[in-house]
Amino acid sequence: MALSCVLEPALSGFNFENSTRNIVLENGSEEGKIKAPKPMKTGTTIAGVVYKDGVVLGADTRATSDEVVADKMCAKIHYIAPNIYCCGAGTAADTEKTTEMLSSNLTIFSMNSGRNPRVVMAVNILQDMLFRYRGMIGAHLILGGVDCTGSHLYTVGPYGSMDKVPYLAMGSGNLPAMGILEDRFKANMDLEEAKSLVSDAIHAGIMSDLGSGNNIDLCVITKEGVDYIRPHKESPFNYKRQAKYKYKPGTTPVLTKTVTQVELELLDETVQMMETAGSS
Amino acid sequence: MISAQAYGENGKMKEYHYTGPVEHKFSPYAFNGGTVLAVAGEDFAIVASDTRLSEGYSIHSRDSPKCYKLTDTTVLGCSGFHGDCLTLTKIIDARLKMYKHSNNKTMTSGAIAAMLSTILYGRRFFPYYVYNIIGGLDEEGRGAVYSFDPVGSYQRDTYKAGGSASAMLQPLLDNQIGFKNMENVEEVPLTLEKAVQLVKDVFISAAERDVYTGDALEICIITKEGIREEIVPLRKD
Repeated sequence: MALSCVLEPALSGFNFENSTRNIVLENGSEEGKIKAPKPMKTGTTIAGVVYKDGVVLGADTRATSDEVVADKMCAKIHYIAPNIYCCGAGTAADTEKTTEMLSSNLTIFSMNSGRNPRVVMAVNILQDMLFRYRGMIGAHLILGGVDCTGSHLYTVGPYGSMDKVPYLAMGSGNLPAMGILEDRFKANMDLEEAKSLVSDAIHAGIMSDLGSGNNIDLCVITKEGVDYIRPHKESPFNYKRQAKYKYKPGTTPVLTKTVTQVELELLDETVQMMETAGSS
Repeated sequence: MISAQAYGENGKMKEYHYTGPVEHKFSPYAFNGGTVLAVAGEDFAIVASDTRLSEGYSIHSRDSPKCYKLTDTTVLGCSGFHGDCLTLTKIIDARLKMYKHSNNKTMTSGAIAAMLSTILYGRRFFPYYVYNIIGGLDEEGRGAVYSFDPVGSYQRDTYKAGGSASAMLQPLLDNQIGFKNMENVEEVPLTLEKAVQLVKDVFISAAERDVYTGDALEICIITKEGIREEIVPLRKD
């Protein structure tokens, strides 16, 4: 495994080598039809609001794989730059990798120019990439950040569309969340009002949408810095089971037992002192 | 939504999914979710179901139980397509009345199970999209569970889970009630209290991981005294 990476550097971009093989496998003989594995989607509610001093982003924490909850505490608010964060809905892998690539690009830009990246730059890079891949990358993103030109909130769709708006909700739970936002959004709200609005919007999505659930994460971005509150509100549904389901040793039968001695040769010995001063 | 396939048929690039002709088909079925569970004991039977009615990613109702009381000793749990559940229970109620009027006695659990099997098979080529489980007391007063498939195949069981979270619940019941996949375990007979506690715990777990299961749990406990109902809250998100 490691050897192949050393001899040939990995090709950049997407690798289509297996495409013809996959088509043959899927359209094969009637008995031999193999279905492609379905990518995990996040089935989400994400929302963002611009307030007086910056931007508040919110997201739920449930990741679903069809009808099964795959992750009860997944992080949907991704770091892009110290002053820019991005919420992602859609295919989980796509949102992760797209935001990671964007973050790397902006870090390189920061180092080259010595400036903090602006939110428009992030949006342009995303639009460029998603349009180039013609919607194949299923990433529905909400970008929020504060830079030298002010506080901004953008949405970028999987086909490369972009929208600059003061309040926004995306994901499968966007309709109930948008209902709350449309009702209570005001320009220039203060922090507590904005946090409670985003939190209530996500809560509406969590209660009304089966693809969203569990806890609520918030991210407050201002000129001074970022407050990543994870979780902002834990799920109140904490029903404890009445019995303990533990198994005594010996419950699983041991059929055979083989003991193999591994001879290890001592090559190098080092001693590292532990810092124990100050600990009880 | 969007798939990650770059190639469609003939190896050509797949078109945008919104250009070109799109075939729409009307499906007479819908999946409304829900999980049903039944356990039979020495002198009791339990039928439990969640109360969430959903479609796609939306919730139609948080209070739509899937247990239907048929007689004083039999409860039917049905999940799947809600429209077919309603029609099927209406038909069963009518047939129960007819039997009562012509034979002057209530149908026994075993007889209801056999009748349900013929009703379901009567629609072999346009099935009722319903997963049925009957729980009740047989003629000797022992607990009985009959599980069905949508076209009428049935068998008597000790415990069975059906519906959307059935694949998550059934192995757990196999282990805890059937003592399967374990060794050196004392096989105690199942008491009513232990069975109810197990049903509650098992549904809490199902609600954690299955999006279609939640809101509340309705447990119908059938003993020779009659049918007692218990409602327990579950996750609402």
